[in-house]
Amino acid sequence: MPVYSLNINGKVQKVDVASDTPLLWVLRDNLRLLGTKFGCGVGSCGACTIHLNGNATRACLMTVSSIGTGKITTIEGLSAKGDHPLQLAWDEVDVPQCGYCQTGQIMTAAAFLKKNPKPTLEQVETAMNGNLCRCAAYHRIREAVLVASQKTK
Amino acid sequence: MEHTLHQERRDFLRKVSLSAGGMLLGFTLFEDLSAQTGKGHVIDGVHHDFNSYLSIAADGSITIASPNPELGQNIKTSFAMIVAEELDADWSRVTVVQAPLDTSKFDRQLTGGSGAVPHSWKRLRTAGATARQMLIAAAATTWNVPASACTAENGYVIHKASGKKSGYGDLVAIAAKLDVPTDVPLKNHKDFKLIGKPIRNVENKNIVVGKPMFGLDFYRDGMVYAVVQRPPAFGSKINTVNDKAARAVQGVVDVVRFGNNVAVIANSTWSAMKGRKALEITYSADKALESSSDHADIFSKLMDSANARMHRKDGDVNAAFKSASKVIKREYECPFVPHNPIEPMNFFADVHADKVELIGPTQTPGSARRAVSDLLKIPEKNITVDITRLGGGFGRRLKFDYVVEAAEISSIIKKPVKVIWTREDDMGGGSYRPAVRYRFEAALDANNNLTGYKLRGVGMNAGAPTRENNFPSGSIDNLLIESLDHNSPITTGAWRAPITNFLAYAEQAFLDEVAEAMGKDPVQMRLDLLQKARTNPAGPVRYDIDRMESGHQCLFFSCILCRPDL
Ligand code: FES
Ligand code: FES
Repeated sequence: MPVYSLNINGKVQKVDVASDTPLLWVLRDNLRLLGTKFGCGVGSCGACTIHLNGNATRACLMTVSSIGTGKITTIEGLSAKGDHPLQLAWDEVDVPQCGYCQTGQIMTAAAFLKKNPKPTLEQVETAMNGNLCRCAAYHRIREAVLVASQKTK
Repeated sequence: MEHTLHQERRDFLRKVSLSAGGMLLGFTLFEDLSAQTGKGHVIDGVHHDFNSYLSIAADGSITIASPNPELGQNIKTSFAMIVAEELDADWSRVTVVQAPLDTSKFDRQLTGGSGAVPHSWKRLRTAGATARQMLIAAAATTWNVPASACTAENGYVIHKASGKKSGYGDLVAIAAKLDVPTDVPLKNHKDFKLIGKPIRNVENKNIVVGKPMFGLDFYRDGMVYAVVQRPPAFGSKINTVNDKAARAVQGVVDVVRFGNNVAVIANSTWSAMKGRKALEITYSADKALESSSDHADIFSKLMDSANARMHRKDGDVNAAFKSASKVIKREYECPFVPHNPIEPMNFFADVHADKVELIGPTQTPGSARRAVSDLLKIPEKNITVDITRLGGGFGRRLKFDYVVEAAEISSIIKKPVKVIWTREDDMGGGSYRPAVRYRFEAALDANNNLTGYKLRGVGMNAGAPTRENNFPSGSIDNLLIESLDHNSPITTGAWRAPITNFLAYAEQAFLDEVAEAMGKDPVQMRLDLLQKARTNPAGPVRYDIDRMESGHQCLFFSCILCRPDL
């Protein structure tokens, strides 16, 4: 099997997997970065959201061979101490229910706030639209994104 | 669900031991409602009847064991709050640990039926209050002052007169030697400091950094991954299996057939998924398979059937409809609905000749173990179950088919294995809320009075798809509630608030339609019906009229808050 060198959370990691392996399963099975979740495997739920070169991307749809030198950030690399404004806001607003979707929600929100640091509620709704929460914590998710946007200078 | 507390045994809470310099109180969180085992249980080598414990360590940290699986209902937070409240603990020092399945300690270890907090409320409070009283007594003895002169606050016992103050951790060694008091007073609700306040989920900080805690996050070195091909339709059976291409997929280590299933075993999840896609399986069926259009036909037939089960009949419905000047008739239908918790089904199993280890997300660890024991003929005492956090449940994980599957596969391949369902597996082959169709009819007289009401519910594996004593039963003189059920090969399961969730919607939607036909405000129309149920009821009234009247802004007249009998 081919060996791929992946730039993940600022570190180069080598993995030896089939070329069509989705990044999701490389992260989980090979690298044990388990904050990136499997919800659907077909790009429909957002539980596997990571950043590729700063853009929110679905790890389940991206094959390992397509990444090249792209820079990947997972939830584990979003902040050193779990203190990204979104992570703090998520606790403050008490967003999680079962919690399974939440890392994906945070990764989508983080990429979005980078591009639009002071969004309106409507813009937040649109940006978060593709991330499903089966427990339906949507109100708090939106509120937390807005709270985080106020924290960010 | 029984919500009243059972007669407390006076000695339900006892000191178990002094463990590692701390204090450990055993108590009974759940009593087995179905069967009393009659045998003593063991905690720390001592026989007792307990099934939970509260421990206070010498460093002041407080731990309670929760037998209930956590799936987002926040039991880990609420149990801790209740204990901490009566204990006057420092909230930040309290944790709840997920107890593994242990029938020597826990009698009723499951999450389902919305019963945990109502059931455990008084027991948790009493446990906290008892420990608090013992800590106060320990301080009073040490300081040689009356216990009544001491108070407890935020993890400290305080003697105001002398200004003495001691942390709980410093007192446990003495407290643990005292007798456990009985008849400990509980706080007045108005003195609650934690309960009633918005307290955050104790797992937030772990969740937002993606700490592994769910079943799918469990990995063990040397384990393999299994993805299972189940029959594509309910009632179809395997004819032939060609696994040549599947075995050729890189990473696939085995393909095994068990019953009507074929499992592809691989050294990664992706290889197992790819391997399964490469399987060539042919199926046949003994009988014609049911399709959705068949279901529509079956429902229509049942709607006209003369063999309905009658659940409630008040007055003379036929006369009311015969003399009606207007009849409103509506149908509401809901198909089979999968639970779809966002974490797909999965379970880890490691089966040996005489012992089994099971780890993963389940609402019913005890039943899962029993089923695995039955299948493998390995005694339950040799089977351990560790409960991970559940990425949602909604009733799906009351079923343990995926646990048994993992155990069966591990027993065949003789390796530790994690079975992973895909989203499609969960949608297509799992467990559904029963499909239902409702037909409501209302008769209005010439003055627009509601004189007759009929509901016929038909379902697929729904049991009785109606609830005959829901509002508006009792508020209309002539009423008929009946149902029919079709026995379908499609597997169904409890989906949050079985039956009532969709029925409540249909009932209230229909009443809105009736109100419109009557030319009445929909809320006023309901209040008028409640008035009638109060003053001149037609047959028994099983809902709480006061409560429904006072909360008439609530949309769901059939929900559990207004229906203490549910
Ligand atoms: S797992 Fe990738 S979008 Fe659902
Ligand atoms: S918190 Fe459970 S799916 Fe979002």
